Amino acid sequence: MEKFTLTLPSALPPQEVARAAICGVVSSGNLEILVESNPAHNNCTVVVNTSAHGFRDIWEAVLHDFARRHAAGGLSFTINDAGATPAVVSLRLDQAFETCCGVAS
Amino acid sequence: MNTTTSKRWDQLACNRAERLLRAAGIAPGHIVPPDQIVPLLETIIEPGDRVCIEGNNQKQADFLARSLVKTDPTHLRDLHLVQSVLALPEHIDLIERGQVSRIDFSFSGPQAARLARLVETKKITIGAIHTYLELFARYFVDLTPRVALIAAQAADREGNLYTGPNTEDTPAIVEATAFKGGIVIAQVNEIVDKLPRVDIPADWVNFVVKAPTPHYIEPLFTRDPAQITEIQVLMGMIAIKGLYAEYGITSLNHGIGFDTAAIELLLPTYAAELGLKGKICTHWALNPHPTLIPAIEAGFVESVHCFGSEVGMERYTAARPDIFFVGADGSMRSNRAFSQAAGHYACDLFIGSTLQIDLQGNSSTATKGRIAGFGGAPNMGADARGRRHASPAWLRAGREGRGNIAMPRGQKLVVQIVETYREHMHPTFVERLDAWELAQTANMELPPVMIYGEDMTHIITEEGIANLLLCTTPEEREQAIRGVAGYTPVGMARDARIVENLRDRGIIRRPEDMGIRKRDATRDLLAARSIKDLVLASGGLYDPPKQFRNW
Repeated sequence: MEKFTLTLPSALPPQEVARAAICGVVSSGNLEILVESNPAHNNCTVVVNTSAHGFRDIWEAVLHDFARRHAAGGLSFTINDAGATPAVVSLRLDQAFETCCGVAS
Repeated sequence: MNTTTSKRWDQLACNRAERLLRAAGIAPGHIVPPDQIVPLLETIIEPGDRVCIEGNNQKQADFLARSLVKTDPTHLRDLHLVQSVLALPEHIDLIERGQVSRIDFSFSGPQAARLARLVETKKITIGAIHTYLELFARYFVDLTPRVALIAAQAADREGNLYTGPNTEDTPAIVEATAFKGGIVIAQVNEIVDKLPRVDIPADWVNFVVKAPTPHYIEPLFTRDPAQITEIQVLMGMIAIKGLYAEYGITSLNHGIGFDTAAIELLLPTYAAELGLKGKICTHWALNPHPTLIPAIEAGFVESVHCFGSEVGMERYTAARPDIFFVGADGSMRSNRAFSQAAGHYACDLFIGSTLQIDLQGNSSTATKGRIAGFGGAPNMGADARGRRHASPAWLRAGREGRGNIAMPRGQKLVVQIVETYREHMHPTFVERLDAWELAQTANMELPPVMIYGEDMTHIITEEGIANLLLCTTPEEREQAIRGVAGYTPVGMARDARIVENLRDRGIIRRPEDMGIRKRDATRDLLAARSIKDLVLASGGLYDPPKQFRNW
């Protein structure tokens, strides 16, 4: 297992997000994402627990792009990953965000 | 004496007659007892012969292949195998036994690693790795078989053959062999008094043998919907909305992977919601994919011509004669040569998957240590420069690709649909194809490229579509490819400014640019989510092979 936390600049959502959401499942090649509101912060925080070693730079690129793409300031994401590809990570993040904030990007 | 009168013009026929005379001592009639097949092969085949052991990508003349391996290697040697697929271990055993010195083929999927080792140790020379249509074409030019060992479902007492739905390569092989002084030996599953229909007439066939076991057929085209991922659903939505609807694709061919199976299962749901029924995907060159059943049942599909058949689809295709090509006897007939021609000349779009794409858009499934070939994909995935009939999709692609040239011309849409990383984090996008290294180790004149960059018109990934037709310079084309290459090293090395410019000009389109919501990309959108769903959709006509039954 590898675990790390990233704090990323991201725009603030237009309205406060109250509810938490969980998206995906932990199974081979997949991952689950828990989204929670974290009003104490303006940044977007992401905690990554991954079964795959050595892909930190790809995680950072995927997560930076996500934080740029969406107004995810004040949200905290916890990711439990079982070897998902970057495509699956991006899709799950977008799905979690859309579910939580109820808007398309 | 005048040389024109002394020249004999029937040496092939005379040689055939000599061989048949020799064989009469072993098999007095044309029906050969199975225990006499090895001596018959030893008598009929001569050293140096070009031999086709019918190996299609599905149906295999497996009894005849096993029998050939039992022949005397000191007598039967220097054979030149000319057949579309090297699928059976026996095909390679013949090489290892020193009986085959040269091969010309199209595909060797299951035996690719063994074949590569034999080439590296110089035990075999490969003439070329062809496309199916190209190899069949050479049967009629310079690779005509001297002896063809073929497989059929049944024979009657006269030797007429019934091939059933898996007709596949048989007509092309037999026609070339029988009409050029060659000898045709057929293995059949049964000998009957009356055939349902005659696929190959008796006077093109020299010997028939009833095999102890029915010929093997591989279920190659069955994709379990349960294994389709949400990324594949997303890419399928992109293909349907961003490409099929955009160009109005009515005639097409799909590859055999899960990416295109996802598209088939999205037709009755996502495409129907977009109002595309009757406007896209009406006419196909395609094997009877079980995953096409829901679209057929929903009335999306008007016609499907098949290269081969698919195990378990026999009753379904027979019950849908308006859709499939079905004989008066009520069973389907496939024909690989005709379907390849149909896919090449009469389809506006080919879409399939691959393992690697380089920065010029060359695409290949070749990997080091495996000599596999590409079967029919290069014919499907190539612009048909001889095409002379117009259609809106073909003309639009031509306008986009050729710009404002004086002479109106169309172009085939050739699309690769890939996730940017394959399993185990292998990047699909690479600076240099493994095909180069394989060409070097296997001494090939051409790196084995499945689809050349100049033919590729669009790439679909989870990031969106790159329309290569609209790129005006090689640099733009490279950035368009990088721009959909995701987080692969090739994708991360993109010039973000140029890629944004390409997006502004519609050369790159993201899902959100096409109004596709990623939240909708779930497996719930698939018209069938399991093999059992496919059986239900077929009204119980589809009978899946055992290994796909999990209920």
